[in-house]
Amino acid sequence: MAIVSYLEAGRDALAEEMRRDPLVWAVGEDLGRGGVFGQYKGLVEEFGPERISDAPISEAAILGAAVGAAMMGTRPVVEMRFSDFALCAMDELVNQAAKARFMFGGQTRVPLVVREPIGMWRSSAAQHSQSLEAWYAHVPGLVVVCPSTPADTKGLLKTAIRSDDPVVFMEHKNLWGLAGDVPDGDHLVPFGEARIVRPGRDLTIVSWSAQVHVAAEAAGALAAQGIEVELIDLRTLWPWDKTRVLASVAKTGRLLVTHEAVAVAGFGAEVAATVAEQLGPRLKAPVRRLGAPRTLIAYAPPVENAVRVSASAIADAACAMMGRH
Amino acid sequence: MTAGSNLDRDRLRTHHRLMWRIRAFEEQALRGLDDKVVLGAIHPSIGQEAVAAGVTSHLTRQDVLLSTHRGHGHTLGKGADSGAMMRELLGREGGNCGGKGGSMHIADFSVGMLGANGVVAANIVIAAGAAHAIRLKREPHLVCCIFGDGAINRGPFLEGLNWAAVFHLPVLFVCEDNGFAATTRSRTMTAGGGASVRARSFGIPAVEVDGNDVLAVDTATAELTAAIRAGGGPRFLHAHTYRLTGHTGADPAAYRPADEVAARRQEEPIGRAAELLRDAGVPAEALSADADDAVAEMRAAYRAACAAPFPSAGEAFTDVQDAGDPRVEAF
Repeated sequence: MAIVSYLEAGRDALAEEMRRDPLVWAVGEDLGRGGVFGQYKGLVEEFGPERISDAPISEAAILGAAVGAAMMGTRPVVEMRFSDFALCAMDELVNQAAKARFMFGGQTRVPLVVREPIGMWRSSAAQHSQSLEAWYAHVPGLVVVCPSTPADTKGLLKTAIRSDDPVVFMEHKNLWGLAGDVPDGDHLVPFGEARIVRPGRDLTIVSWSAQVHVAAEAAGALAAQGIEVELIDLRTLWPWDKTRVLASVAKTGRLLVTHEAVAVAGFGAEVAATVAEQLGPRLKAPVRRLGAPRTLIAYAPPVENAVRVSASAIADAACAMMGRH
Repeated sequence: MTAGSNLDRDRLRTHHRLMWRIRAFEEQALRGLDDKVVLGAIHPSIGQEAVAAGVTSHLTRQDVLLSTHRGHGHTLGKGADSGAMMRELLGREGGNCGGKGGSMHIADFSVGMLGANGVVAANIVIAAGAAHAIRLKREPHLVCCIFGDGAINRGPFLEGLNWAAVFHLPVLFVCEDNGFAATTRSRTMTAGGGASVRARSFGIPAVEVDGNDVLAVDTATAELTAAIRAGGGPRFLHAHTYRLTGHTGADPAAYRPADEVAARRQEEPIGRAAELLRDAGVPAEALSADADDAVAEMRAAYRAACAAPFPSAGEAFTDVQDAGDPRVEAF
């Protein structure tokens, strides 16, 4: 075990995979100078500018070139800087990367990873703060990864680079400095396997990405009131671990799903609907979703904070589901 | 016309045969549309065959080709099997894409044909990336990307050409300019000097040719691909041609006068090549045999495709992705 940051874990994962496989390369704006957040620091010195490649501010070309390079047998890791900018490359991701294998009848694979930092950070306003993971979960062909810890960032990024599917890898900008234990050796985390953050018997909370930490704070407060929360970090939204979620809710009888993204048509709706369909009559309380209101993210802190789903909001909802007010 | 005294008769005859195969394939496909067995939209390139023949004659099997929604000719030129292509248009088993792609996504990776594309200009950036991979792997091949005149007004044209130039990649860009962006005259929607002028603004050497003159296309492509293979970076070919049919098989193209189409029909590339061959002493019977052989090949392809089964419904769930189960009821 070593203590590393969430940011370093991603860098280490990429470096290890590049050492292992000469066909892995990374491309994006400013990578030669370490990337916008420093996630690529030191890599150009080890791997050279061809494999840690700078790019023009051409999101469509960055992602489109990765599609072509992936179909030709390399394994590109694409940096989009902010997930918001990936919207300039939606045709390349949704119409090309996600569809090439199927529409060409299995003649090709598109083994690329697109890193899209998501989430509210600090006063980054409407175009640098979004969490659009649900969009990608809706697109057949894509894998969607939303890690919440350094260990998962490392293990899931390594798995993503080895995957033959196109993977949308969404790191949360507010977690870059988060330190945590990362197992030594070739640490791999499989897709579709949720993590039980804490076990509990009364109520299941499902979350992912930075919101897991908010939910954990709520679970701590609820424990002090005698409510034992089972907190599940989905880690990947496609595929998602229905088995573990349903087993947990079958035990607790209560599901609260919370995410930073807008609640309307968020991925929480998918989790809630699946649980309601499978376990409806056995639930002790109706399922609950907690996400952001359907408004935009502002610059000024009081306005920005108004759309955050807080630990106290989660705790209040949990208490209500337990019949305590 | 570039009918030099040192005309390579055999080479021109090869072009003549391929152009007839492309013409016969598409005319057969249009009959298939009338017969209601070609199911979706098809975009014929009738009248544009010289671009496909001249350009693809300079591509090796290991070179990579990317095409457009109007890509049957390019695909045949790269060496794809007409029988598998016809099955694909009919959505049958044994099609290049197992019947899952159809005309607009026709591809044959076994001959380096990385796909037609249903999105205009989308393949330009993908081609740049394919060339990027070739460079990373230190392979000696090149990438050829063919697109239409409508594509030059989309962002990936700018981004892809800039990318290829900045990274000095082995790409031949070919603008197959048939004068129409879907059903609108492209010059009415294009500012400035057009495709070649835009390419040169990136520092990419560009050549304009009469795209209905297969020898002109052949000669220009020879020079451009030689420069690319010598490590010269990307090159650009702007071939002017004319689409004798509508945008799709269902488009009567009533937006252009009949006398314009009639006049352009006089300049269509197969007749011009045949005239040169006749002048060079090739007997008329040999030339009509080229046509007859092509028609017979495509009729046979069509009959075999009609007899082939549809893929099973279960194919909806194959080759989606490795991760997860696509079925609604999956658990």
